[in-house]
Amino acid sequence: MDFSQQIAQYIITGLTIGAIYAIVAMGFNIIHNATGIVNFAQCEFISLGGMFMYSLAVLFKVNLIIAFFISMAGVALIGALIEMGPIRHARSKEIIILIFLTIGLSEILRGAAQEVWGTDNVGVPAFSGEAPIHLPGGAAIVPQHLWIFAITVMVMLMLRYFFKKTLMGKAMRATAVNRRAAALAGISVNRMVLFSFAFSGALGAVAGMIIAPISSTSYDTGIMLGLKGFAAAILGGYGNFAGAILGGIILGILESLGAGLISSQYKDAIAFFVLLLVLFLKPTGIMGYGESERV
Amino acid sequence: MLVIDGISAYYGGVRALDKISLVLEEGEILALIGGNGAGKTTILNLISGIIKPTHGTIMLRGEDIGSFSPERIVELGIIQVPEGRHLFGPLTVQENLEIGAYRRRGRQNKKKISDDFEHILQLFPVLGKRLKQRAETLSGGEQQMLAIGRGLMGRPLLLLLDEPSLGLAPLVMQEIISIIGRLRQEGTTILLVEQNARAALKIADRAYVLEAGKMRLQGSAADLLENVELKKAYLGNGS
Repeated sequence: MDFSQQIAQYIITGLTIGAIYAIVAMGFNIIHNATGIVNFAQCEFISLGGMFMYSLAVLFKVNLIIAFFISMAGVALIGALIEMGPIRHARSKEIIILIFLTIGLSEILRGAAQEVWGTDNVGVPAFSGEAPIHLPGGAAIVPQHLWIFAITVMVMLMLRYFFKKTLMGKAMRATAVNRRAAALAGISVNRMVLFSFAFSGALGAVAGMIIAPISSTSYDTGIMLGLKGFAAAILGGYGNFAGAILGGIILGILESLGAGLISSQYKDAIAFFVLLLVLFLKPTGIMGYGESERV
Repeated sequence: MLVIDGISAYYGGVRALDKISLVLEEGEILALIGGNGAGKTTILNLISGIIKPTHGTIMLRGEDIGSFSPERIVELGIIQVPEGRHLFGPLTVQENLEIGAYRRRGRQNKKKISDDFEHILQLFPVLGKRLKQRAETLSGGEQQMLAIGRGLMGRPLLLLLDEPSLGLAPLVMQEIISIIGRLRQEGTTILLVEQNARAALKIADRAYVLEAGKMRLQGSAADLLENVELKKAYLGNGS
């Protein structure tokens, strides 16, 4: 494999992992826009998605497609329960306290997941075989990468449709912009926040499920993926829809190139180095310009 | 239609309203006038359910709505056009109007909502030219029209208007005032909060005058326009 082929290979890998980061970043953004908080339980949504998928598809031999949707709904429900319980009933509405609450919830979910599934890494079957497809340039791609791209694109298009075309989506955006005005338009702010947690749960689950066949999964895979998705969200401009996609892809590619060309030991460090650099140079992120154009 | 009886409310630990009572008749324009900090906006926010009274009751057609959530009050048809516009800035003009009709969501109202949409564009033709623009890019006057238009999209039984003339050029203000008059003719009951007492009294049927959280005066708009005391305090001399 010559150098250019190698680069192509790294970029393909980078795009794949970047797509995952983008979905995770979207999950962070949706909750941030609805509530102003950073939901660290997002990491657990990813792990749970992978583990639900494993349980259903591997242990209970449920059809992959059905397992996919059940897992997604299951984690969405967990997201909703988190909001209906601890988040909504927290006596303090201070952002910083709610963020700490999500860290606590994250620990509880992870502990519970460890009790249920143990600490082993487990595999999930690829959605359609493992035979690599050779591309004209000489690089190769496994079908799961194509699934990741396709599902990510579909998720993004559906989110776009939801937020731009449906009344419920517009109501969620309106709530993000001005809660009080939204309430005066008859929008139930509580319900919008509830939806945002359910959505983020579903998004986290999707990310966890589509990556599981490539990287295997365990009760805590979501931590690193989640934190990198968070870095991607910051990189793109926290709260920004297009920024999440851009941030995810840039981070994925940088990470993959860095791992391939410099050393794979620095793979994780690269993401956080980029995060620090962004916070230092342009804290609002690439697409961020303050409060407007959120979601 | 709306009977407020002896309400008191606190705002940031300070008593903002002191045993206020007020009656709003079906189909009238009632003006609420008074200086800054008199408690006018607090009354609107109490009716809208944004803040809760510590004492007293708010009855809508015999039903106590004092404990209702803001969205439930909107569902009853009481719609506030808030002060300072409170538009959804990054959303387009069209989206702002669509969200105004949120309380009527559902298939059966689709036709009526699109009729109202056209009707509002007739009332405010300038909004029609700006439908795809973000609300925050509109001028002050246009934003005020959008805020009122958004309120009307909810088909209010009772429209609560908070300082609709605030910061507007005299011409735009005239336009908005004439539209308020037209709304009444169409059967909307209006509670109008204004610092511009003269403009408010000219279109209102009756008015209450608030001062430091207490009701000072009430009467027909025509009488109040001639009231000596009020003239001194709020209406200025001459003109």
